[in-house]
Amino acid sequence: MQESTANQVAANATSSFTEHLQRDRPELLPFSRSLQGGTSTAVPVQVPHATTIVAMSYGGGVLMAGDRRATMGNIIASRHIEKVFPADHFSVLGIAGTAGIAIDLTRLFQVELEHYEKIEGTQLSLEGKANRLGAMIRGNLPMALQGLAVVPLFAGFDTSAGVGRLFSYDVTGGRYEEHEHHTVGSGSVFARGALKKLWRPNLTAAEALSVAVESLYDAADDDSATGGPDTVRQLWPVVYTVDRTGAHRVSEADLAAASRAVIEARTIAGREA
Amino acid sequence: MTQQFYVSPEQLMKDRADFARKGIARGRSVVVISCADGIALVAENPSPSLHKIGEIYDKIAFAAVGKYNEFESLRQAGVRYADVRGYSYDREDVTARGLASVYAQSLGAVFTAEQKPFEVELAVAEVGPSQADDHLYRLTFDGSIADEHSFVVMGGQAEKVSSAIDAGWQASLGFADAVRLALKGLTPAQEGEQPAAPLPPGALEVAVLDRLSESSRGSRRAFRRLNDADITALLA
Repeated sequence: MQESTANQVAANATSSFTEHLQRDRPELLPFSRSLQGGTSTAVPVQVPHATTIVAMSYGGGVLMAGDRRATMGNIIASRHIEKVFPADHFSVLGIAGTAGIAIDLTRLFQVELEHYEKIEGTQLSLEGKANRLGAMIRGNLPMALQGLAVVPLFAGFDTSAGVGRLFSYDVTGGRYEEHEHHTVGSGSVFARGALKKLWRPNLTAAEALSVAVESLYDAADDDSATGGPDTVRQLWPVVYTVDRTGAHRVSEADLAAASRAVIEARTIAGREA
Repeated sequence: MTQQFYVSPEQLMKDRADFARKGIARGRSVVVISCADGIALVAENPSPSLHKIGEIYDKIAFAAVGKYNEFESLRQAGVRYADVRGYSYDREDVTARGLASVYAQSLGAVFTAEQKPFEVELAVAEVGPSQADDHLYRLTFDGSIADEHSFVVMGGQAEKVSSAIDAGWQASLGFADAVRLALKGLTPAQEGEQPAAPLPPGALEVAVLDRLSESSRGSRRAFRRLNDADITALLA
């Protein structure tokens, strides 16, 4: 009798918010719903998709940037969407794929990290955070097989090792550590091409910002689902840097300056392709 | 065969209440003070890891006296309640009033239904944009809930500490003065003329809810735990 009580208490003791929801409120999980009558042979549903994210390491940390466009088939669903979010004090994540699920998943991940911190009184290790995110993506696999995939990119500052690190994922939740730089989303091929030529070791934060903006510009140039800097509406990419002091959002003024510099340089060069 | 004796409900409740009160009175005191900079939570607690004060949500903190296992399970339940609520509605919709009422119901249910009442006393504090919007709730072992103003004192020497703090409390106190005032209350009065030695930072647990955490630290999470060095610097 006593032993079973102890077992029960131990089984109920969880520091994970997701586990708590799975047990008590499964309907709140973004990936708990099964699509009614949905089969993999059906035409994919038309829902907003978030597109290109780029991330790179620089001297002192990591930087992540995302464009501002969400598309639904050939329609621009949003010009203002933000796809890079702070996960906690020392990490950020960017999302590509089905926007609705991705945004909920981001919210769940943010609460997951904060919940652990409050229950345990200490932060998860960066590897621990990366693994939790992988488990959530795996939880979404049934939806991914029906065409509603979410592919995140995770970056954070490893406070114990003193370096910035990057992690990419596949739809099965596979977690891969990336070095130097990485991109995800529809325009990722073009952005990666640009990064290969523009990135070099030990960039300063300002140089990394201009490299990120330029690679997103190249992605927008060739991928219709990626939005370029919009000077008419004053819309610039969303960029976060993570260093020893934590995650910081790059100010609108800095982004405007970096974007205008890229546009100006390209205008002067006057190249066709 | 054992004979069941009749015990009147009044006697039963009184016995349970006496039992819980005795357990709480053995513990060291905790002080929660609302001041100009926010809310300061000060506990006499020599352990650096077994906390009596904890973060519940953005603007909400928790303080407790009594049995550690009992208030720790209540603290974790509070964090779960707040996180589920904030996740399913919005972060703004998590309030100290809602949390305190859940605590009151749980404590009340345990007091009447369980073998033994919880030997704990809780305070739930929520910092607002101005001092008038601060909320302090005191919850006792039987599920009673009281809405307090300016400060809450719980634990063994509550009355003595409370009168010391009442004498020195002002709305305009900063964190440093509020913590000093709490320390004055918590320091046991010495017999005779000698003034009592103040408690060293190592014997204290101090946390604050910053009123302006968004502008001063860029964080919506107002809770900040002070380590020994922070306490020494604050009181210097």
